[in-house]
Amino acid sequence: MIHAPDLSLAALAPLLFVFVAACVGVLVEAFGPREHRHAVQLAVAMVGTLGAFVCTLLLAGTQEITAGGALAVDGAALFLQATIAGLGALALLLFAERALDPARSAFVASAAVPVGSPRDRELATSTQVQTEIYPLATFAIGGMMLFTAANDLLVMFVALEVLSLPLYLISGMSRRRRLLSQEAAVKYFLLGAFASAFFLYGLALVYGATGSVRLADIRSAAVAGGGDVLLLLGLGLLVVGLLFKASVAPFHSWTPDVYQGAPTPVTAFMAACTKVAAFGAILRLLYVAFGTSEWTWRPLIYGVAIVSMIVGAVLGLTQTDLKRMLAYSSIAHAGFLLTGVIGLSVAGGGGSGLAATMFYLLTYGLTTIGAFAVLTLVRDGDGEAGHLSQWAGLASRSPVTAAVMALFLLALAGIPLTAGFTAKFAVFRAAIESGAWPLAVVALLASAVAAFFYLRVIVLMYFSQPAADGPTVGVPGLPTTIVLALTATATLALGIVPGAVLDLADRAAIFVG
Amino acid sequence: MSDFPFLLVMIALPAVAAAVVAAVPRGRDLLAKQISLGVSLGVLVLAVLATVAFDTGGDRFQLTTSVSWIAEFGVRFALGVDGIALVMLLLIGVLVPLVIVASWDDLAPGDEGSVPGGRSVRAYFAWLLLLEAMMVGVFAATDIFLFYVFFEAMLVPMYFLIGSFGGPRRQYAAVKFFLYSLVGGLIMLAAVIGLYVVSNSQLGEGTFAFDALRQLDITPGVQKLLFLGFFVAFAIKAPLVPFHTWLPDSGSEAPIGSAVLLVGVLDKVGTFGFLRYCLPLFPEASRYFAPYVLVLAVAGILYAALLAMGQSDMKRLVAYTSISHFGFIALGIFAFTTEAGTGAVLYMVNHGIATGLLFLVVGMLIARGGSRQIGDYGGVGARAPLLSGAFLLAGLASLAMPGTNSFVSEFLVLIGSFPTRPVFTILATVGIILAALYILLMYQRTMHGPPRGPLMVEPDDEPVAAGGGATAVATAPARASLRALDLSRRELAVVTPLVALIIGLGVYPQPLLSLIEPAVAATMSDVGADTGSGGTDR
Repeated sequence: MIHAPDLSLAALAPLLFVFVAACVGVLVEAFGPREHRHAVQLAVAMVGTLGAFVCTLLLAGTQEITAGGALAVDGAALFLQATIAGLGALALLLFAERALDPARSAFVASAAVPVGSPRDRELATSTQVQTEIYPLATFAIGGMMLFTAANDLLVMFVALEVLSLPLYLISGMSRRRRLLSQEAAVKYFLLGAFASAFFLYGLALVYGATGSVRLADIRSAAVAGGGDVLLLLGLGLLVVGLLFKASVAPFHSWTPDVYQGAPTPVTAFMAACTKVAAFGAILRLLYVAFGTSEWTWRPLIYGVAIVSMIVGAVLGLTQTDLKRMLAYSSIAHAGFLLTGVIGLSVAGGGGSGLAATMFYLLTYGLTTIGAFAVLTLVRDGDGEAGHLSQWAGLASRSPVTAAVMALFLLALAGIPLTAGFTAKFAVFRAAIESGAWPLAVVALLASAVAAFFYLRVIVLMYFSQPAADGPTVGVPGLPTTIVLALTATATLALGIVPGAVLDLADRAAIFVG
Repeated sequence: MSDFPFLLVMIALPAVAAAVVAAVPRGRDLLAKQISLGVSLGVLVLAVLATVAFDTGGDRFQLTTSVSWIAEFGVRFALGVDGIALVMLLLIGVLVPLVIVASWDDLAPGDEGSVPGGRSVRAYFAWLLLLEAMMVGVFAATDIFLFYVFFEAMLVPMYFLIGSFGGPRRQYAAVKFFLYSLVGGLIMLAAVIGLYVVSNSQLGEGTFAFDALRQLDITPGVQKLLFLGFFVAFAIKAPLVPFHTWLPDSGSEAPIGSAVLLVGVLDKVGTFGFLRYCLPLFPEASRYFAPYVLVLAVAGILYAALLAMGQSDMKRLVAYTSISHFGFIALGIFAFTTEAGTGAVLYMVNHGIATGLLFLVVGMLIARGGSRQIGDYGGVGARAPLLSGAFLLAGLASLAMPGTNSFVSEFLVLIGSFPTRPVFTILATVGIILAALYILLMYQRTMHGPPRGPLMVEPDDEPVAAGGGATAVATAPARASLRALDLSRRELAVVTPLVALIIGLGVYPQPLLSLIEPAVAATMSDVGADTGSGGTDR
């Protein structure tokens, strides 16, 4: 006789909200009347994400393992789920922007039509808007939320695929520069599949070494078994799979191309939410399964953190395209985040490293969505004007846009009184507390290098003569305006009065299992 | 009276006013200027009242305010001043209104829109006020985290002031300024966190409060590392010699008002940091590193003075003289005697006044002639006696002529340093001779001699192109132009208070000394220095 596993539906409410919304979205796509579809899809997706967000808040303080031990609903999972749901809702709002592009949407009307075909040219000027992006993105959000709660390597793998497959698709759906977008999608898919294979192989090795895929069992086996080669190899391969998703160098090579090719709202979504999900899984894997044998992963994370910070900061200097620049910035920030991961307090399960990393993920997500949202505003005849030179003198043309962008850039550079500084301070403190001060010094120097390319954009916007035929700054519709207002306010507020949120992250820094 | 939160108001008032000025509608520039001037005068009044409320024989930190800010990090919004910080606040209070008046017409109405980046009068004054708030904060903070926040955030207004309103190479200068300071600041951040971690292990809970951190017993090895973290940041800011290359660029490209604040106040954060943080927190490391710092200080005095003599650009020249003067200040601080330390703090104030005036007068001259090159001027003194007189006085104060304020401080530094560090002191004395050379040569070439350069060409012969914001030289007939060469009433209003201070403090520096001395004595006892112990280089 087969027993169905216990399911605590209440504890799974955030996940259920999102996945139900995604399924409803598919049905709407199939049966809903075309003229209402966009509004309905947006509403369904927003209800799903915001509902999940509210559920996580209501669940605050829950600590339980459910679904037959496959899912852990604890402070860290809920905090990260709330972050993903909230950032996801903001990204969905960017998807819904209708006022900026003359063709009313940043997404291709029919993704299957070959580029350059007569039908494609016909569609390029039509104002037909497709809506399958909403259920796809909602599925990805659901996968990400599942990813952070997975208490079992198999569930983690399933979640990885659930979040990845929709992302591969939607990064190929740009309305303009379609070849670039499709190339990005294929590249992302191929490399992503490769990384999934790594993860799966690692899973198999760990199972072979420990006889279980449950994180708690792996931990006891790791303690008992000591330096089992199979286990170590497995851990290494698992971590590689996850670092790929988190775009940590040296597993970053897809990031600049995909960030550049994907439609900008999708880039914003990936940069913010995927990073949160990937780090959620990294933290859970390392702290829960290998927290008691940190000697196994500490040198590895230490090393890739340094590589990632240096690669991101140095290669970022040479970029001339803003989206690529932000991609390298995201690689550097992944390194800073790993600095927080190193700051695990040895005794407890969490320590200030966990709280600091979670806070960093939240602030980085907010700031980076805001920065990409500004990118969607600056346009020339051929869509977004992403080349650095086109941003010259933007401040005299549109002071508010330039000021908001400057705020986000200063936050990414980690200047005090912005959220970026508070977050950097938190992770560096965690690292130094756990004795990793050389890593913190490298991180500080890398931030100084990275500051240069953020500053260069400010120099261009404020201190340069505008080009004669420069881009125009679009007037954003309501959705983008909401996103910009929220992210800018949060970036300032988390820099000036971060107390409440830091406290929340501190109290949420608990892993069960 | 002393319960009034002077420091908080002195930060909040200009910060709020900056937002108001930025929001003043387009075309109401005069209103923006009036608000700025009013607020900065208000801060001056508050600074004076705070000085009155300050009890020189009382606690080390007075006028304190402390509220919890980020409890998770143990950060408090804690303000308080000792005598050293208080005189710096007075200096800020005096300089900012003068800078505002001096910049009154720098951005002529026609300029708006012609230069990118919202080069508007409102933006200029808003950044200036925000800078004032940050400067007050950085000197008034008694929580190291808060100090760090102001220290870094202060870069942003100055960055925009240089980058938006500066000279031809302003982009380069602004980025260089920002990056140098940021690198130093980030290294300091590592040390700040390190201190926090030490406090966490020794006191049981992490804190950034200066008073608590001073009680820590840090092992010498850790002290040396943390000392270096702070030292590099302050040495870049001050700037000491190998870290100085940003200052000539920033000083020469910044608009004149910002240059005065940059050299007069912002850079003092470096020397202030030595006194407030390096010495009391890391006494053993300070004693260990003192000889090396003194080498840098004396090398700076001589090297920068030689470079100053070689400059043809007046703003660059003044910037180099400042580097030389910062060497004297560092010498006074790291000689570890109360006398030299007091002299160094007085030097910080006096340098702000004297170099401030020198920068302002040079700026007035540049506004007339449209060139920064010494070679483009000659014989100006004959036509502009007041300008020339102010120039001479500022120069004499800068070379520490007896009777001017700088003499008192330089003399104190030298006689205070001699008992413990005779060799360094004797070498530093050579700097005084070089100072006379670079100042007097500049004065002589521009003010005396045969008339030379665009300024002195008769308007009848050839119309003179007026450089940015110049007076009516180009259009007015010859006679009017001759009169217009001398100081206007507005410029007199800028120059007169500074001239009065130079002479006043040169004759009677006692009020400032009595404020400074107890604080310096406390610092020197923290570092464990007594007059006999430091004479290692005899």
